[in-house]
Amino acid sequence: MGSGGSRAAQVPDAERIRRETGFSQATLLRLYHRFRALDSNKKGYLSRMDLQQIGALAVNPLGDRIIDSFFPDGSLRVEFPDFARVLAHFRPVDDEDTGTRDPMQPEPLNSRMNKLRFAFQLYDLDGDGKISRHEMLQVLRLMVGVQVTEEQLESITDRTVQEADEDGDGAVSFLEFTKSLEKMNIEQKMSIRILK
Amino acid sequence: MSRRGALGPGWGLLLALLLALGELPQVAGVEEEPGGGGHQDSEGFQVVTFKWDHVQDPYIIALWILVASVAKIGFHLSHKVTSVVPESALLIVVGLVLGGIVWAAEHIASFTLTPTVFFFYLLPPIVLDAGYFMPNRLFFGNLGTILLYAVIGTVWNAATTGLSLYGVFLSGLMGELKTGLLDFLLFGSLIAAVDPVAVLAVFEEVHVNEVLFIIVFGESLLNDAVTVVLYTVFESFVTLGGDKVTGVDCVKGIVSFFVVSLGGTLVGVVFAFLLSLVTRFTKHVRIIEPGFVFVISYLSYLTSEMLSLSAILAITFCGICCQKYVKANISEQSATTVRYTMKMLASGAETIIFMFLGISAVNPEIWEWNTAFVLLTLVFISVYRAIGVVLQTWILNRYRMVQLEIIDQVVMSYGGLRGAVAFALVVLLDEEKVKEKNLFVSTTIIVIYFTVIFQGLTIKPLVQWLKVKRSEHREPKLNEKLHGRAFDHILSAIEDISGQIGHNYLRDKWSNFDRKFLSKILMRRSAQKSRDRILNVFHELNLKDAISYVAEGERRGSLAFIRSPSTDNMVNVDFSTPRPSTVEASVSYLLRENVSAVCLDMQSLEQRRRSIRDTEDMVTHHTLQQYLYKPRQEYKHLYSRHELTQDEDEKQDKEIFHRTMRKRLESFKSTKLGINQNKKAVKLYKRERAQKRRNSSIPNGKLPMESPIHNFTIKEKDLELSDPEENPNYDAEEMSGGIEFLANVTRDTATDSPSGDTGSDVPLTGRTSPREVLQATEKSPRPLAPPPAPPTAQNPAPAALPDLELGAGPTSEAGSASGTWLERRGLQGAHARSAAARRVHSRRSFQRPRARRRPALLKLASLQPSCHEPPHGLEQEETPL
Repeated sequence: MGSGGSRAAQVPDAERIRRETGFSQATLLRLYHRFRALDSNKKGYLSRMDLQQIGALAVNPLGDRIIDSFFPDGSLRVEFPDFARVLAHFRPVDDEDTGTRDPMQPEPLNSRMNKLRFAFQLYDLDGDGKISRHEMLQVLRLMVGVQVTEEQLESITDRTVQEADEDGDGAVSFLEFTKSLEKMNIEQKMSIRILK
Repeated sequence: MSRRGALGPGWGLLLALLLALGELPQVAGVEEEPGGGGHQDSEGFQVVTFKWDHVQDPYIIALWILVASVAKIGFHLSHKVTSVVPESALLIVVGLVLGGIVWAAEHIASFTLTPTVFFFYLLPPIVLDAGYFMPNRLFFGNLGTILLYAVIGTVWNAATTGLSLYGVFLSGLMGELKTGLLDFLLFGSLIAAVDPVAVLAVFEEVHVNEVLFIIVFGESLLNDAVTVVLYTVFESFVTLGGDKVTGVDCVKGIVSFFVVSLGGTLVGVVFAFLLSLVTRFTKHVRIIEPGFVFVISYLSYLTSEMLSLSAILAITFCGICCQKYVKANISEQSATTVRYTMKMLASGAETIIFMFLGISAVNPEIWEWNTAFVLLTLVFISVYRAIGVVLQTWILNRYRMVQLEIIDQVVMSYGGLRGAVAFALVVLLDEEKVKEKNLFVSTTIIVIYFTVIFQGLTIKPLVQWLKVKRSEHREPKLNEKLHGRAFDHILSAIEDISGQIGHNYLRDKWSNFDRKFLSKILMRRSAQKSRDRILNVFHELNLKDAISYVAEGERRGSLAFIRSPSTDNMVNVDFSTPRPSTVEASVSYLLRENVSAVCLDMQSLEQRRRSIRDTEDMVTHHTLQQYLYKPRQEYKHLYSRHELTQDEDEKQDKEIFHRTMRKRLESFKSTKLGINQNKKAVKLYKRERAQKRRNSSIPNGKLPMESPIHNFTIKEKDLELSDPEENPNYDAEEMSGGIEFLANVTRDTATDSPSGDTGSDVPLTGRTSPREVLQATEKSPRPLAPPPAPPTAQNPAPAALPDLELGAGPTSEAGSASGTWLERRGLQGAHARSAAARRVHSRRSFQRPRARRRPALLKLASLQPSCHEPPHGLEQEETPL
């Protein structure tokens, strides 16, 4: 852990970010290099366009939504701490996190709840805390091939919403969202082994 | 099951009989020839002569190939058999049966797998195929691991197996054998190497993750150099005699390893360079283009064989290095030809190899049994492989970003199949020098059979069992299915952003070098681009360019575009799978088709309750299962010898790419206009779907014929209406091409929802804005909806929606209504829009200078013929249907 101390000095505010995100020194450094590589004209921040340049995202059905999640509240740039914070959602949950966590500290970014919340806000475009039928439909539309007809899509959407909707308001709240996925191993599924 | 299981051999028997019949004339021919030759001269001219001996050799070869191929057809008549038993095992069994029949007929083993045939004709196509279709990124990403396993692992296997066998031999368990330490080491070195042919044949049918796959596959390819060196070194040592081997010889051996491996690689790279260069200039000889690929690669193999370097490495790297340039250079048809020919050759060669492995075993002369030796060899190769894998993985895991887990290690140890390379090498041994050659040969055959048949049979259940153990089986809910897939996509996107896969210093350097020099030399000018480049170009184009380009396409005649073959192709591609025209039909269709994929699901559901609702549920599950886009891990990177699946993946990529680009373009436009365009994306989408649906459900296409014309006129009306309003906001130049397009956009938004104006207050973000859109369409206008919402807005929205969705031809009402609405709205929104436009202008600080606009455009336009994604994406959305 402490071995990369001198090199990590390159990362501005390294200590603070590390405390917040829980990344290891090496990972943080690697992410910082990545950040700078993405930053096409050394602006010191990333614009939406920088992220859109990543070729693989153009063929990812949710690629642009992910990009959007780096730019909350209509901001046009993302700086490194925020960049790291978003990625920190995908840090694997390790034993130390669950065992010896200080109750006074806020929940770590990579907790199950926060992982789910990250996913949830990708669906919940208007940020009203609910996935409406329409929002669900939009996501589905992104994720299925053109072979599926609009009618089928609508009916799938209805079913999906109905399945999760418990209070019958025609939308999926965050609570309902977590409930519908309670059997899923989110900690494992929403983690990237490499982001330690 | 068991009855069907008997089918394979049954077929084989039938074939064997056929073959035996074909065999008889040959025997007869051989016997008759010496006696009959003299007579026939005097009989003068004969109308028909029977000249078997004249065609004998090629005839028999062709027959064998035919038999092997027909046997393959036989296997695949029964899916159950091939899903349980790997094809390679079946082929070996067929070979054994055929060999038995031939033996029964002739009592000589006339057909065996000779090393010459194997190394010169059967192996090169297989290895070339592996190299040419190698998932390069994955391969080089794991190169370190692969090399460690290939080099250290193979040396470890060879040394431990040889030494242990020698140790047991010294203890006297094996009885009297005329061998020494060096013979054992020689045997160890030829039996140590994991075989590329066998490994692939089995791994292809077991679905393991990509990293594991590439590691085992890469290892089996690269360990050839080690095997060759160890083999030649020990062979020469054996020739020399154990006591004359000096330390110098050992050092020479080590040096020769580097020479052989690096030399082989170098030969491959040089020939790849040559090949790429040649294909750059084959524009006028398209028809022989594919030939170059095969001939030059084969030459690389022969050259390195001639120089006694590693031929497998040479042809592998020839394939790996040339693939990018060759694929870019040769025409699409040639590329297809190359792909299919390569697959055909490789698949055919593999089939023949396995069958001959079976046939070769039927020869009592080579059999020499030594229970202890055979059994111990089996034990040692399995155990030491496992130990080697665990040790190396332990070391590797300290450096690897992606850890190799226990399950991976088990599969890796268990997947160490031996194959024809070992057999050919052991047959090559000189009986004069290696006294126990026959024992080695029979042991090798046993080892191959054991690994290919037994391990091949059990590896699939093993993998499944290990996986099942890890995750309990449960019927997933709809939400879980959908969100689970979404999570997969999210993860791969995050991976791409965080650069775990994408970013690497060396790779960046290399791709820089490649772009600056290699591609310039090796690629045709027209071909010097890729999807990434297209992306770049797309971003280089500023908003104006993009819009004017699209508008230009529009002006050239979107009507013509609708009828153009490319669109037809698109539609055809998308509907290559049979599709039902109505929802009712789709229920039965989905129930009927693809039962295998989700049958577990269905059965459990059926058992619980049966009602219409459940049926619908099932259909929904099915639809999702079938049509949800697959996450990257599931479909990319994997190499398959028998299947060309890229089309499917490319199709998915293309679809998503279109969508993404379309949306991005719209968000560009929305920035420009200050109008939120998310709704527009939805709209276009619906239109696209509606169009496709129509095209498929109405084969003669009568309905679509009318609508475009209608639509077009409406659009023109819209243009007239909107032109003057938009004018003040933009300078004249931008107007010329752009406005036409923008006008269309506005029309759509206008008809869609009355929220356009508020959208202008929240440009670009896409996070907050859809709220308005959504609420406006879903419910009737609410307090949140824009205060100045014009009363007309409510009318066009419902009128236009069914029109576009159901594709029943546009109603001119909606069009004109939207026109007037647009007029009003334009007046109201002018202020807000100009503000937004100013904002956009300020953001365009790092745009390219105006002068370069044309070239950029041309570049994009020129991409069209070969890589038509973006132009399609851009143009297609403008197809007014």
